[in-house]
Amino acid sequence: MKKKRAPIWVWLIFILGMAYFFIPLLSTFEFSLRMVKGTYSFEAYRVAFSDPAFYKNFGYSLLWAMLTIIISSVMVVWTAYWVQLRMRRIRPVVEFVTLMPFVVPAVVLTFGLVRMYGRPPLLLTPTPIPLIAGYVVLSFPYMYRAVDAGLRGIDIHTLTEAAQSLGASWGTILFRVIFPNLRGAILSGVFLTFAIVMGEFTFASLLYWPAFGPYIEEIGSMRAYTPQALSLVSFMLTFLSISAIQWFGRGSREQQAQVAGAH
Amino acid sequence: MGELPALTTAGTVGEKKGEAPQAPPPASRRAWIDWLGVLPFFLFATMFLFIPSFSIFIRSFEKLGGGFTFDNIIALFTKSDIVNAYKTSLTISGVTALLGGVFGFLMAYAIVMGGLPTRIREFTLSFSGVASNFAGVPLAFAFIATMGNAGLITRTIETWFDLDLRQAGFSIYNSVGLSIVYMYFQFPLMILIMAPALAGLRREWREACENLGGSGGTYWRRIAFPILMPTLLGTMVLLFGNAFGAYATAYAFSGSFINLVSILVGAQIQGDVLYNPGLGNALALGMMAIMATAMVIYLYLQRIASRWVR
Repeated sequence: MKKKRAPIWVWLIFILGMAYFFIPLLSTFEFSLRMVKGTYSFEAYRVAFSDPAFYKNFGYSLLWAMLTIIISSVMVVWTAYWVQLRMRRIRPVVEFVTLMPFVVPAVVLTFGLVRMYGRPPLLLTPTPIPLIAGYVVLSFPYMYRAVDAGLRGIDIHTLTEAAQSLGASWGTILFRVIFPNLRGAILSGVFLTFAIVMGEFTFASLLYWPAFGPYIEEIGSMRAYTPQALSLVSFMLTFLSISAIQWFGRGSREQQAQVAGAH
Repeated sequence: MGELPALTTAGTVGEKKGEAPQAPPPASRRAWIDWLGVLPFFLFATMFLFIPSFSIFIRSFEKLGGGFTFDNIIALFTKSDIVNAYKTSLTISGVTALLGGVFGFLMAYAIVMGGLPTRIREFTLSFSGVASNFAGVPLAFAFIATMGNAGLITRTIETWFDLDLRQAGFSIYNSVGLSIVYMYFQFPLMILIMAPALAGLRREWREACENLGGSGGTYWRRIAFPILMPTLLGTMVLLFGNAFGAYATAYAFSGSFINLVSILVGAQIQGDVLYNPGLGNALALGMMAIMATAMVIYLYLQRIASRWVR
């Protein structure tokens, strides 16, 4: 690329983009300060954070996120590892499965889960299993892409043989050899999953489980100002999660897996 | 014309670092152990992904009282509120994919090749990562605070032009408004995918073009743009699917004011609003069919794109 000064239209495009990025955030912040008439105050935040229901729903979302992350990371890391080690030929199939959340959007998957497991013979909807399962499916593309990219950077055959010759079991190999070697990749999948689950609305609201996303929506139908305060909290969560990924993924641009579907 | 085959080789040489040539041990005896290793994953996917999807497919052909019928599928193309829902969803997804794609491309060009400081590029890419993942309920409330009845932009316009927009019958809770909201996660995704593709354009290609007497315009028209085209189109297809499947953002932004397929499916879950379970399944099946088509096109374009772009 030749060194040249940016022409005016480049600056215009850039400024337009920044305006699109920041005006909604600025407006949300300004809006959240207007709860007390005629003056700016943090009253909306005080109200939001003094509601016990906020902590309950936020806590539930944390719980869903943790469960999703544990199940998804163990299953995806193990499967990606095993496929790389022993079953290269089915790799396209696994990849295809991890891309399925794109073909089956959240609302359609919820529909299928409710219709399938909302009645006997296999009644699961009274348990959070369909919810967590939905979240795990949703996390597949992010988790798999991150882990798969990470696996390509390490020599799993040598690692596995070394561990086996020292008498390690498969469990030991997975948790004490593969996981530590993939730390960066797994963390990037973990934080993306965290960001998605914490603000998720579709599964939680349609399966009737308490969560942060439906809570913001519910508050929104009752009050003004506080939902905007909570939206900024949610934005900060996304911002921190993505920043964490970029922090851990320094040096390799490929880390950020991008497949859509959580909107 | 003659330069293209030469570029093919230039583009592929040195791309593939062969994977370690360690063949797995002869596995005929241990084949079942190999399969056992991937069993949990496939069991999970079957139970929570394939069976629910397949049940939607089967039940789409179920008559109201039981029995086989094509009526539900036919109704997708004939029943007016369903056709309208599909039209609205397709329009919003198409428009935001196109506009998001074009604007995202321009942004990517601006930060990668526009001569802007490197810091700006880093910042924009980082923020695009955040924005493309900021969606759903919080995004909807952010835009309500921006351009809703008491939003910052709404109030600013009202003060500047001394208007009462609400009284003038102006509302943002329609498909135009929703498209503006969707753009918030659409164009950053385009930036994220397009920026590396633009950075992957090799200097040699441009120099080769210049040496052969090609101008900057020739380079873009005959070399850079054709190379980027599959990535550009593929990402737009991705953006399309991104918007088409969206439920949370639309629901939180406008409730059920906007007649979208995803909103209709959501309503069908909460209670059989169509009074026909089979039709509800067909509605969801239609969404899957459109998403699957988008996926196939995306994967195909991505394969073409990977020939050129690192």
